[in-house]
Amino acid sequence: MSVTAAVETVETVDLATTPLRELNQRLHDLAGRPGPTRWRILHPNGAHAVACGLDAELEVEIEGHVGYYAAGMNKRATVRIHGNAGTGVAENMMSGRVVVDGGASQSAGATGRGGLLVVHGSAAARCGISMKGIDIVVRGDVGHLSAFMAQTGTLVVCGDAGDALGDSIYEARVYVAGAVNGLGADCVEKELREEHVDQLRLLLAAAELDDVDPTGFRRYGSARELYTFKVDNAGSY
Amino acid sequence: MAATTDWALRESHLYDRRTIAEIQRAAREGIYDIRGFGAKRWLPHFDDLLFLGASVSRYPLEGYRERCATDVVLGTRFAKRPLELAIPVTIAGMSFGALSAQAKEALGRGASAVGTSTTTGDGGMTPEEREHSRLLVYQLLPSRYGMNPDDLRRADAIEVVVGQGAKPGGGGMLLGHKISDRVAEMRDLPRGIDQRSACRHPDWTGPDDLEIKLHELREITDWQKPIFVKVGATRTYYDTQLAVKAGADVIVLDGMQGGTAATQDVFIEHVGIPTLAAIPLAVEALQELGMHREVQLVVSGGIRTGADVAKALALGADAVSIGVAALVAMGDNSAEHDDAYRELGSAAGFYDDWQAGRDPVGISTQDDELAARFDPELGGRLLANYLRVLTLETQTLARACGKSHVHNLEPEDLVALTIEAALMARVPLAGMQQGLLDELAERVAARLGGNP
Repeated sequence: MSVTAAVETVETVDLATTPLRELNQRLHDLAGRPGPTRWRILHPNGAHAVACGLDAELEVEIEGHVGYYAAGMNKRATVRIHGNAGTGVAENMMSGRVVVDGGASQSAGATGRGGLLVVHGSAAARCGISMKGIDIVVRGDVGHLSAFMAQTGTLVVCGDAGDALGDSIYEARVYVAGAVNGLGADCVEKELREEHVDQLRLLLAAAELDDVDPTGFRRYGSARELYTFKVDNAGSY
Repeated sequence: MAATTDWALRESHLYDRRTIAEIQRAAREGIYDIRGFGAKRWLPHFDDLLFLGASVSRYPLEGYRERCATDVVLGTRFAKRPLELAIPVTIAGMSFGALSAQAKEALGRGASAVGTSTTTGDGGMTPEEREHSRLLVYQLLPSRYGMNPDDLRRADAIEVVVGQGAKPGGGGMLLGHKISDRVAEMRDLPRGIDQRSACRHPDWTGPDDLEIKLHELREITDWQKPIFVKVGATRTYYDTQLAVKAGADVIVLDGMQGGTAATQDVFIEHVGIPTLAAIPLAVEALQELGMHREVQLVVSGGIRTGADVAKALALGADAVSIGVAALVAMGDNSAEHDDAYRELGSAAGFYDDWQAGRDPVGISTQDDELAARFDPELGGRLLANYLRVLTLETQTLARACGKSHVHNLEPEDLVALTIEAALMARVPLAGMQQGLLDELAERVAARLGGNP
């Protein structure tokens, strides 16, 4: 008598030999349709728009560095990049999870409306710019103008933050464990209460950063002074 | 002592009553004037051009008998599904937020009735406008309010907005009193606060990045949708060439007479170049690349009549887009609402406080009571009628020039009434030999170093 275990196969696509268009089309075809859910992508070699526009509960492992807009507008999928990511990784993400093992270039998680973006290295300028509900956890530092005009969602920075953090921020929350080089217009430090530590604990756990102490952060948010245009604030703009 | 009569008074050209009133308003309020509508100053425009009808050297088409086609296909360069329009007039991007849901629905109804497209705006796509717009262009703006991939895939085309004719180089501001619960939810912001729309995109800068952004949008939508790039008219020659290089299927060129829901008056009146001056620059850029008619050109900014449509097409546009005129067709600034406008300190024909959200017609408002005054079915019928008239007028002029398709209109069919218009539009001054104008243009170009 033979026993066969249900082992799900991993679909492997080598971008050295397969056009990006073909890969993305195959991934898109899984929206609302059955098919392989585990994918491994080889030799991305800095290609742009890898695994963007996904809309299915897939697990996609990318073995190498990617260019701009990897996992852009992601819905539901988990995309793990075993390398560095170029500009706008997980831009406008709606849900799901994107993990970058290395560093991320500028505008990581820009305008994201949901889901979780984890960057194990550092993220460059404008991380979380105009974020609209996404949660972003960065193990390293973030560059200048991060959380610029951030609307909702949470940016967690385990390292340092560059100039003008949270410039013109709305209702998003920013937590920084290291030094902040400067706050942008209308961004102020706020009290870190127990509810915030609880939120940090959950986000760090979700990001699998178990060695980071959730009590060691400072919280930043909007002073809400620029919510309505007042001429007296003209010097702040 | 003789009484002073009005005839003895001399108003300063420099400090006329309007200027005095604005200086004193600024002194009183301490903030610049923010308003809607578009440029109100005089500018060289299509009115400064005339058509040369057919005569001995050309023969016309019979007005009510011979066919003059009006169909347009936008997005033939890369898209698997180009946008097929029955008429060369489309509806420009206007946001839910700036406009009521009823007004957006009416725009969809009117456009769909005559086989053309309408366009979303800052703030995302509403179900009403998708339902009532057979062809809907989805804008990707710097703010990305309401942006989501489902709507991207639901759209018939995508328009990446780089700039707007009323405010090239500027972002936007939806003032707090127009932020209803629904608008706030769509934009992921609290109710009642001023909502700033950024002037730069958050994840790309410059033409090389734009090329990659367009590639991403194509990948997300599986290369199905045409991608437009909209620019405000400024450095039009270069903007056009760079947008084409970046991979645009369609260039949308918005001249400085283009409308806005809320912008500083100083911006509206003093930034950008007139639509008339911009079109030849864009056409020249496309022709030099060998892409004229391959990448389509949609022109907006001050299109009011079929004559404006025909002149824009004759200068090389593939289609035009209307915004302010569409709202006017649906009742904005109508004389029948003069009393209501006067209660707001304005008057019919002058009302431009679209930013204030108190529009008595129910178009530029988020107030439920005001918006309920606007009947989207009636508004849609009015708009459809107006679009039909624009089309008939365009055909009338095209037939008079002997053209069996409105796209066969050409600069050779036009003359200008003023030297400015002649130089901008690059057509002869009426009655003047072309050679003399060319010589003049060459002298001007030489003085400017040949820089377009």
